[in-house]
Amino acid sequence: MSDLTHMSIADALKGLESKDFTAVELTQAHIDAMAATKDLNAFVTETPEIALKQAEESDKRREAGKAGALDGIPLAIKDLFCTEGVQTTASSHILEGFIPQYESTVTAKLFADGAVMLGKTSLDEFAMGSGNTHSYFGNVINPWKGSDAKDLVPGGSSGGSAAIVAARGAMGATGTDTGGSIRQPASFCGITGMKPTYGRCSRWGVISFASSLDQPGAFARSVEDCALLLNSMAGHDPKDSTSAQKDVPNFAAAITGDIKDLKIGIPKEYRMDGMPEEIAKLWQQGAEWLKDSGAEIVDVSLPHTKYALATYYIIAPAEASSNLARYDGVRYGQRVEGEDLREMYENTRSQGFGDEVKRRIMIGTYVLSAGYYDAYYIKAQKVRRLISEDFTKAFEQCDALLTPTAPSAAFAIGENEDDPIKMYLNDVFTVPASIAGLPGISVPAGLDSNGLPLGLQVITKAWDEETAFRVGGVIEEKASFTALPQTLSQKAA
Amino acid sequence: MAQLTKGETGEWETVIGMEVHAQVIAESKLFSGASTKFGADPNSQVSLVDAAMPGMLPVLNKYVVEQAIKTGLGINSKINRTSVFARKNYFYPDLPQGYQISQFDQPIVGEGKIEIDLKDGSVKEIGITRMHLEQDAGKSLHDQHPTKSYVDLNRSGCALMEIVSEPDIRGPEEAAAYISKLRMILRYLGTCDGNMDEGSMRADVNISVRKPGDELGTRAEIKNVNSVKAVQQSIDFEVARQIEILEDGGEIKQETRLWDPDKNETRSMRSKEEAHDYRYFPDPDLLPLELAQEQIDAIKKTLPELPDEKKHRFIDEFGLSAYDASVLIAERPRADYFEEVAKDRDAKLAANWVINELLGILNKNEQDITDSPIKAEQLGGLIDLIADNTISGKIAKDVFAEMYKTGNDAAAIVEEKGLKQVTDTGAIEAIVDEVISENPDNVEAYKGGKDKLFGFFVGQVMKKSQGKANPAAVNELLKKKLS
Repeated sequence: MSDLTHMSIADALKGLESKDFTAVELTQAHIDAMAATKDLNAFVTETPEIALKQAEESDKRREAGKAGALDGIPLAIKDLFCTEGVQTTASSHILEGFIPQYESTVTAKLFADGAVMLGKTSLDEFAMGSGNTHSYFGNVINPWKGSDAKDLVPGGSSGGSAAIVAARGAMGATGTDTGGSIRQPASFCGITGMKPTYGRCSRWGVISFASSLDQPGAFARSVEDCALLLNSMAGHDPKDSTSAQKDVPNFAAAITGDIKDLKIGIPKEYRMDGMPEEIAKLWQQGAEWLKDSGAEIVDVSLPHTKYALATYYIIAPAEASSNLARYDGVRYGQRVEGEDLREMYENTRSQGFGDEVKRRIMIGTYVLSAGYYDAYYIKAQKVRRLISEDFTKAFEQCDALLTPTAPSAAFAIGENEDDPIKMYLNDVFTVPASIAGLPGISVPAGLDSNGLPLGLQVITKAWDEETAFRVGGVIEEKASFTALPQTLSQKAA
Repeated sequence: MAQLTKGETGEWETVIGMEVHAQVIAESKLFSGASTKFGADPNSQVSLVDAAMPGMLPVLNKYVVEQAIKTGLGINSKINRTSVFARKNYFYPDLPQGYQISQFDQPIVGEGKIEIDLKDGSVKEIGITRMHLEQDAGKSLHDQHPTKSYVDLNRSGCALMEIVSEPDIRGPEEAAAYISKLRMILRYLGTCDGNMDEGSMRADVNISVRKPGDELGTRAEIKNVNSVKAVQQSIDFEVARQIEILEDGGEIKQETRLWDPDKNETRSMRSKEEAHDYRYFPDPDLLPLELAQEQIDAIKKTLPELPDEKKHRFIDEFGLSAYDASVLIAERPRADYFEEVAKDRDAKLAANWVINELLGILNKNEQDITDSPIKAEQLGGLIDLIADNTISGKIAKDVFAEMYKTGNDAAAIVEEKGLKQVTDTGAIEAIVDEVISENPDNVEAYKGGKDKLFGFFVGQVMKKSQGKANPAAVNELLKKKLS
């Protein structure tokens, strides 16, 4: 059955339709794979019973000729999406044991299309982190291993989702991306990750980190699979005032392989000092692949790029400090009693939140405080506008931008922990598009000398995910990335 | 003229600005679909959004926005085409989100003004600084358990309008007139029911004192002022307190004080130093609120006639006194009732009956005009009977009392009880003759110059006719026979 777990979603849908296997068989294969990769610690909560029940129902629907677009496809759900009747924690102690009475819009749409939920994947607490090292439920381990065989981070914050898809424990997964939380782990785990335009997917029922940046998106092992997932997840939701009233195109149909009419911009500011040579080379290689396929390569400039990370680390914590105020021990989640109300708040929040969350709440509270608001928050909003304008101008010269996804391959667990700034630098290539609300896809493009995957990122105009998928598809084809994580290939051997 | 308070060192001027919180009349809350009905069981009207469950998002109630526009137009204010919802951050158990969604530097309504009517008959303009929309908090209940507090979130998320006045108010009378006028306007508009008892209108009063002509003094903000009476009492108390401190050489601290209606005093809640830093910032879950001029114009067309316009019309069109007009316009249903009674009738007579008789008995029985057992049309019917001499004004009062008791039409009561006025001079003459022959002494005295006795004869005739005799005819006949 192990073949079933190596299949693409597109092929699995064909197999299900032609009755090569059932949804129950497909799901069981993934439940077995989850068990075999349990040491990755990808899940906070596994839901095999729910999965099998959903799979049975899926088989019945298919039998009755009523199968949905993703019917019978086993997926992992980032534990930031509220799922009705299933514990939802945001990987935080403060929400341990919290069982929502409601289903997030995105997961509801996936289930309405027949998707099967294998479980809730681990993340950096409240999606704050780039290594999945800030989960109350422990590190997630990347299925890829470097030559020294050390345990590596899967990236973050959607580390559990990326790791389990890479480890063939799920065919795809949901993620959320605030500053790179889908694209960077996709790059670290050698899979494809798509963050759509801000407002493309509803945030209703997704636990908020930074409302003006958070955006649900998809992980899968192919560009087409990501497109299939996004088609199901996207669409206007009247319950989310920031979700856009835009028609959802057929994303998969956009992957034509033909990019002859496209201009691809190479932003010179992304060529940073100290960038590993291998990454620079892979980027160059990517540009040549696209050129070989008929696209025109143009140099463009995004002059305010260097301010993006600082801007992000003001706006995101500011919003987070307010968004996380509701975790006060009064109505749900953990409560640690105290002598009086104030002490109850202090006990609950100091014991309920981890260090990184506390750090960002403090930064956010600081930048919003009287006397600092103008100097930090207002200024950051101004810079945010400049960064957006950079992209608008660049897209007058080109249709898509090509950049590396992350400044390094996956690093060892424990590395970068001493210095939060070093950790924050992981998002240097992903944050600008987040700030501008633009879609970005990371496609695995090669391995570094250590045998670890590296991704390339394609950024397009708002609402033009189709071009991102189209260009991503060409990179995928040219890169023909077929390497398996060492943990899997060793097992197979 | 500014109202001054005499102190030991001379006269002091009181300067007041008010922030009135008015709950918007709407079926559902500002950002959720939960019901806003008053008096439901605790926590029975709480949506996932109101309880700030993880991942829940606010969606602006469009009807509330229309109500706010209506209110802004009703208080003669500028409607801002773009406004922004901001988060006011603070921790409290009855504030589930840990922030209140409010409007900060870009409110939906800008500057405006209303006119207040003072007892001496003068009119004063009070400036409106702004009005914004915000969420109400829930309610903490501290008396349900010996050691714990309970929280009721029914009110959490209900829409409030905060109406901020300029510091144009100069004393308790003006403050009372201001809040009463505001309440009247909101009730006319149907945007707030103005029930201060139920907390749907609450005021914070900013008070300072100064020597006339001086710069503004340091103010204290008085919270929890929940009736017109409390507004006046709290100002009286606070002005006396501040003058005493200043005259003793002390300084007023800028602080927030709480009105205690049981002890009739204000007491310190928190000083300026203890004031919260609310860390306002635009709510990223909500887009800026953009209004089309067409929408504002369309709402403008639906505005009802407002109290001031109505008052002037009543004076001009019906010839009422300013006092009568202001009594009648105090409540919109009252004014509507009057207009229906007055239609095609003697308006002054209609005003008399509505104000003196109807409102008199309704007030006595603590009823609103909407509860009146006598409908406007019926009261009109009664007035018609007076006008066509079917009954006298005196009989009419008895008929009115019967109408109030039974809800029956005046004509039916008159018919049933045989109360029709006697205008047949022959019949009246017979009674007049009877009365004259029965009272020879008084006739003698009257003829001898005791003119006052004329009233006695009229009374006797009316009595004998059970009040049904036409008073004019009685007068005429008596004059003739006694001369």
